Amino acid sequence: MTLRRIEYELAGCAGPWLLRLQEWQKARARAHRPRKPGPFGPPLECTRKLKELMSLHYLQGRYADGAVPVAWVTSGFPVELLRPLGFHTLYPENHAAMCGVQRLTTGLSEAIEREGWSRDLCSYARTDLGCVATGRTPAGRLPRPDLLACCTNICQTVLFWYRALAAHFGVPLVVIDTPFVYGELKPHQLQYVRDQLEEAVAVAEKVAGRKLERGELAEVTRLSKEGARLWGDCLAMGKSRPAPWTGFDGFFHMAPIVALRGSEECNAYYRTLLDELRERARRGIGGIRDEKHRLLWDNLPIWFAVRELSTLLAERGFNFACTSYTNAWAEAGANVDPADPIGSAARAYTHIILNQDLRNRLSILQRLARDYACDGAVLHSDRSCKPYSIGQVDLRERLAHELGIHVLLLEADHNDPRAWSAEAAETRLSAFMESFA
Amino acid sequence: MSAAAIGLDAGSTTCKAVAVDAAGRIVARRIEASSPRVDEQAARMIAELQREAGGVPVAATGYGRKRVAAGRTLTEISCHARGAFALTGAPGVLIDMGGQDTKIIEIGERGAVVDFAMNDKCAAGTGRFLEVILGRLEVPFAQVAQLRAQAQRAVSISSTCTVFAESEVISLLAAGEPVAGIVRGLHASLASRVAALCRRRPAGGVLMSGGVALNAAMVAALADALGCAVRVVPEPQLVGALGAALSALA
Repeated sequence: MTLRRIEYELAGCAGPWLLRLQEWQKARARAHRPRKPGPFGPPLECTRKLKELMSLHYLQGRYADGAVPVAWVTSGFPVELLRPLGFHTLYPENHAAMCGVQRLTTGLSEAIEREGWSRDLCSYARTDLGCVATGRTPAGRLPRPDLLACCTNICQTVLFWYRALAAHFGVPLVVIDTPFVYGELKPHQLQYVRDQLEEAVAVAEKVAGRKLERGELAEVTRLSKEGARLWGDCLAMGKSRPAPWTGFDGFFHMAPIVALRGSEECNAYYRTLLDELRERARRGIGGIRDEKHRLLWDNLPIWFAVRELSTLLAERGFNFACTSYTNAWAEAGANVDPADPIGSAARAYTHIILNQDLRNRLSILQRLARDYACDGAVLHSDRSCKPYSIGQVDLRERLAHELGIHVLLLEADHNDPRAWSAEAAETRLSAFMESFA
Repeated sequence: MSAAAIGLDAGSTTCKAVAVDAAGRIVARRIEASSPRVDEQAARMIAELQREAGGVPVAATGYGRKRVAAGRTLTEISCHARGAFALTGAPGVLIDMGGQDTKIIEIGERGAVVDFAMNDKCAAGTGRFLEVILGRLEVPFAQVAQLRAQAQRAVSISSTCTVFAESEVISLLAAGEPVAGIVRGLHASLASRVAALCRRRPAGGVLMSGGVALNAAMVAALADALGCAVRVVPEPQLVGALGAALSALA
């Protein structure tokens, strides 16, 4: 075992204790500060566990390169293929969201814009490329990739973004091109994706220096499927009245299903979270103290403004009972099948919400609004995510007229505070809430 | 005076205050240019009305509403809907063009907001945009409508940003384009942006409120762009303050 591998394993073993110690110190410091009663219900106990799980993942990542093969992966890539080969995976989108929450994006974007990258690019891409260019990251250090793996099911930007990363790092890039689904997926389209997955396995095997064991692949696929089911069960708890958590809580608690999908740690976490949500629902504990109205959120969150938005809404009794974004992670993984890992991955990953037509988007939103008894919806028109935002004007009309609910189109950006006007957004949201009177 | 409530609209360009009687009729009014010290200005204007009206309930709206000591605060969208409904007694579509933004508000059966749309983050398409460009053209407000009517044709203004539009106007003047044609083009450009926001156009036409409604050139340009009648509600600048006063009354 190399020294690097020993460091990596040690980070995995000793990391939790170090993180707990850090958390204990922070909790002690907080204990002396008086807490104002806010509009939210008691915080989820699991949030501490979530922080620990994700911090450990990033802590181990610092020592991953040179110890194990490292892959940088898009959120919609079938990661089930990489886990059995021992890859440590890093999700630039998840990492960029972390930068967004900590309001580091502006500096990182400006760094890359000075090099000539357009401000009109996705703010996740700019954040990531900014991290690569400057070496700045809230995680301390990101492991250098041995493989880049992207899938165009979420957008076409990832193709060019990952090509830029491949040029920078000089490592192999695997691209899975998923045809856009209008209505039904055709057999030849499915075969096209399936063939690419087989080719991707061959590249990944070469990088990892070992053969993919099909039994292990089936096991990871089983874990992935179970993880998606558990995550779906957690989200479904939002159907209780009051919802035991907020849709905005869901944005943070989705991190494991994105970044650790197909692992036992991910599933163990969601079992614990599900237990807590069930208990809160049983005892009538809400995500907000006084739930008067239930809303649906469409599109990515506005990471840098999640707290201020959720507070503004919660103060007036509005809670996001569900979001189409978090729901997507429950739906995609549910269709993978351990009996046919590659074929089912081809089908499941081609069918994710952003790779399907507007009719499908509308039916998902309508189903969610009905199932979660929402009396309103906020469609975030995300400057950075064109595939998610296109068609929202029509979706808004259809939702409002066919379901008779209040619908607001809110213009913002998921990670760039420079495209955000807090005052204008507050006016829009306040007027939206006043219209429920 | 038998005032029963006061409404204050702390807008980006002007600050408006009205007192209404128990039937919701305006019995006193104040309009001033907005001061940077919103809280002091609002307190003084409310105090002036209260000297006559007594300690009646106060509600505030407008961008400065959070700085106003009022029992209730509401957005301009709800207040304009409420105010316009009180003045017209009918549901419909209201275009409120203020100094900083433009709002299209669909008013329901009982004066409630059914739907609304606003211009995006920048002030192009608003009163401030007009003020800046007309200032550059040295056209007094009183002459705007007449100049627009005189123009043989509208000179195309393509910029959607106030700063760029100002530069474009300078270039057009340098190229010898007539001021009247530029004024007409300016209003047409602004009206087309508002029309793009206004998806529903009732057969009876739309209503208009806000300070820009006092500009007859803009009302005519909007009617052209929308292809329907534009009816200006009485005392259009006071509609927001009236709506606030009515909500205080309720």
